[in-house]
Amino acid sequence: MPFDLIRDKGREGRRGYTLPKPDVEMKQLDAVVPKSVLRKEKPRLAEVDEPTVIRHYTNLSRENEGIDTTFYPLGSCTMKHNPRANEAAAVVPGFAGLHPLQAEAQAQGALRIMHELQGFLAEVSGLPYVSLQPLAGAQGELTSILMVKRFFDDAGDEGRTTVLVPSTAHGTNPATASMAGFRAKEVGLDEHGCVDVDELREMVDESTAALMITNPNTCGVYERNIKEIAEVLHEAGAFLYMDGANMNANMGRMRPAEADVDIMHFNLHKTFSTPHGGGGPGCGAIACSDDLAPFLPEPTVEKRGDEYRFVRPDKTIGRVAGFHGNFGQMLRAWNYIRMHGPELRDVTDMAVLNANYVRTQLGGTYRIPYDELCKHEVVVQPPQGKKALDIAKGLIDHGYHPPTIYFPLVVKEAMLIEPTETESKETLDDFIGTMLELAETSQEDLEAAPTHAPTRRLDETRAARQLKARW
Amino acid sequence: MARFTPHTEADIQEMLDAIAVDTLDDLFADVEPRYKGELDLPSALSEYEALREVDALAKMNVWGLPIFLGAGAYDRIVPSAVGAIISRGEFLTSYTPYQPEISQGTLQSIFEFQSMISELTGLEISNASVYDGANAVVEAALMTARLTKRDPKVAVSSGLNPRYRGVIETYRVEVVDLPFEYGTTDFSNVPDDVSGVFVQSPNFFGAVEDIQAASEATHDVGALCVAVCDPISLSILEAPGNLGADVAVGEAQPLGMPLMFGGPYTGYMATREEFVRQLPGRICGETIDKDGKLAYVLTLRGREQDIRRARANSNICTNQALTALAATVYTALMGPEGLRGVAELSISKAHYLGNRLQASGFRLRYPDAAYLWEFAVELPDVAKANEALLEAGIVGGLDLGDGAMLVAVTEKRTKDELDAFVEVVSDAF
Repeated sequence: MPFDLIRDKGREGRRGYTLPKPDVEMKQLDAVVPKSVLRKEKPRLAEVDEPTVIRHYTNLSRENEGIDTTFYPLGSCTMKHNPRANEAAAVVPGFAGLHPLQAEAQAQGALRIMHELQGFLAEVSGLPYVSLQPLAGAQGELTSILMVKRFFDDAGDEGRTTVLVPSTAHGTNPATASMAGFRAKEVGLDEHGCVDVDELREMVDESTAALMITNPNTCGVYERNIKEIAEVLHEAGAFLYMDGANMNANMGRMRPAEADVDIMHFNLHKTFSTPHGGGGPGCGAIACSDDLAPFLPEPTVEKRGDEYRFVRPDKTIGRVAGFHGNFGQMLRAWNYIRMHGPELRDVTDMAVLNANYVRTQLGGTYRIPYDELCKHEVVVQPPQGKKALDIAKGLIDHGYHPPTIYFPLVVKEAMLIEPTETESKETLDDFIGTMLELAETSQEDLEAAPTHAPTRRLDETRAARQLKARW
Repeated sequence: MARFTPHTEADIQEMLDAIAVDTLDDLFADVEPRYKGELDLPSALSEYEALREVDALAKMNVWGLPIFLGAGAYDRIVPSAVGAIISRGEFLTSYTPYQPEISQGTLQSIFEFQSMISELTGLEISNASVYDGANAVVEAALMTARLTKRDPKVAVSSGLNPRYRGVIETYRVEVVDLPFEYGTTDFSNVPDDVSGVFVQSPNFFGAVEDIQAASEATHDVGALCVAVCDPISLSILEAPGNLGADVAVGEAQPLGMPLMFGGPYTGYMATREEFVRQLPGRICGETIDKDGKLAYVLTLRGREQDIRRARANSNICTNQALTALAATVYTALMGPEGLRGVAELSISKAHYLGNRLQASGFRLRYPDAAYLWEFAVELPDVAKANEALLEAGIVGGLDLGDGAMLVAVTEKRTKDELDAFVEVVSDAF
């Protein structure tokens, strides 16, 4: 057993926190609410002291790898260094203690952060209108596609039933299309791994609501026909949505608006360095053109004279979060952008440089299915007879977090490597050396890996068959 | 900016040579249309300058005063140990535990979170959390439709937080109204074509609802009952799972998350084991590794978007791991007695304030409803009362727009603050 659960470290009567002493008369619960609604048995929670809590979770953290502990080239996730100044910004009491329902006049600093961040994202994308409310990338996608849906409802166009997604798309794209009430249809690829424009041209008709494109796509390749793709859609009255998961490849080098993208989402936790936190919280801000702006979620922030205020877009789809979105992540991203300014372009340049360096150094030993200039990430395949899973587990033994594996789905044994701009040449060289070594490692040794990690390969089938999801 | 990007000019040149291109521009030769301008952003600041600006902007906010706002976000004590744990880099800078061998810290903490939520709700299976309370509510609404194989249509009363209702509507779920008269919902006439019925307890106006009555009425029409509960209240109120609720959801912000102008928070969701396949989001389960050692892994992945794509039960990708960890650490520190202490202090203080306001001649909107720490009080002019309170250094309650103020009282409020509230409001009229 790696660690006991926190509850197993407790003993009835132990406490980890002392509350202030009562300064009013304490009410008997049954004098306040009917006895029948009161809890009969206390929940079986941990009863532990603070030292035990700190030691327990500190030790748990040591079972984890993060960007702080290792190179983490997880493709499509942009695991870049998280500057600690962002964290310092997010604990400033004037923000951390601000209630979301305080009047606008009491929250001018927060509204100004939101307004400026809206402007920064508009500048990076070229798209003039921004909502910061979606709480994650997947929700940014859904918000965008719900806006498209509402646009057609508003126009009385009932025939728009389909959303197209390339076969390289993140799973969230087709899932989003379904959730918004569309049928997702898959578009194939050309020899570069990009959307097949001829096939697209045949598929697009008056039932098409939108295409969800990721650019650069999940093979790390720039969709060079994006303008033509936009034209095909626009001619049919449909929209081009861009999944902005890979914006780290575009900043200052490509603005989606100039490729005629109508609407897109950002992942502030990828491109703008807010921490991934073990899987959230993130922020999936969206940006859109004039046509779709009236449908943005409410509220957005506007500046009138010297005052910042919330406004409700006239045909808003409504709200997608309980309050204004993940403000803490907005504050971190604002701080990151303020520390970079126009030099965000250098971030993109270094990210693309690093990915291409890895591509050229692994090529020859690993197969590169699309061996041309890549953007911020590169997809590779292990040498004949070797499995992506085994190479990944081998990397763990060498102290690395593995790349994304078995994605994109269109590449067999895919390993999607995204080094990010915050890694040095030495780190990349060491990683490349390890990858080349693993290509030569015997199958038997690879299958045994990992042997140095806190746990070895897990029995995933057992977890599903004998479901145990609580103490 | 070089402080985050290590390459020197020499590194860049060596790497360009290795790639066999001449310049950084050449790496974008395939990018059309290419942006050739400079981004029009304010020029880069040093860390010191940026943080000085953050401090200056923070001063434009009103903060550091006693807060009587609630309505879904509560000004509760956050023990220092919570921040210490969630800022550890191993938790902060990792991602979804796709590689369980090196993610046991995140996975075990999720398992503990799920366990705590199961204990509090009295339901067998909790997921690893979703974005926030409002999103837990809408995911539950969609879940009832999948489970009953009915169109997504839910019955709610004005006791459901209107912001939660708003998100349900955004997601194109039909909403029908249940009567709400004396501060609680009347479940005696639930329409028979709904997929789900929502009961929020304590409700938006702070009163405890009859979850048992709600679930019985719901089951009579073949629908599923979703209870929306403040997790702190579950330390003293009967678990919704024991009262017939099929799904329990809610906002976990009161468990150790700062107000932060509305987020990040975390939503919890729990249900009966038989419904697990329709539960959205990540689920962590126990298993063993190759050496037979106990370990944790994400499980039942076949429900999720990256596997099932268009047929997934939600598009949700990750959970809210870090804020769920905050909730886990908070709940561990407090324990069952500590949570109960938070609830009892809040209740006692809220009733002290409610009673004093009534004694001063103000009427509660729902005088017969049993409330915990939040109540609506009728005032001649709520805006005027809030101005007077602010003048006196107090952030007043939520203006409900109909002559009442929704007032929330947490364990942080002192008797002096409560007395000051009464005096200021009394003096204002």
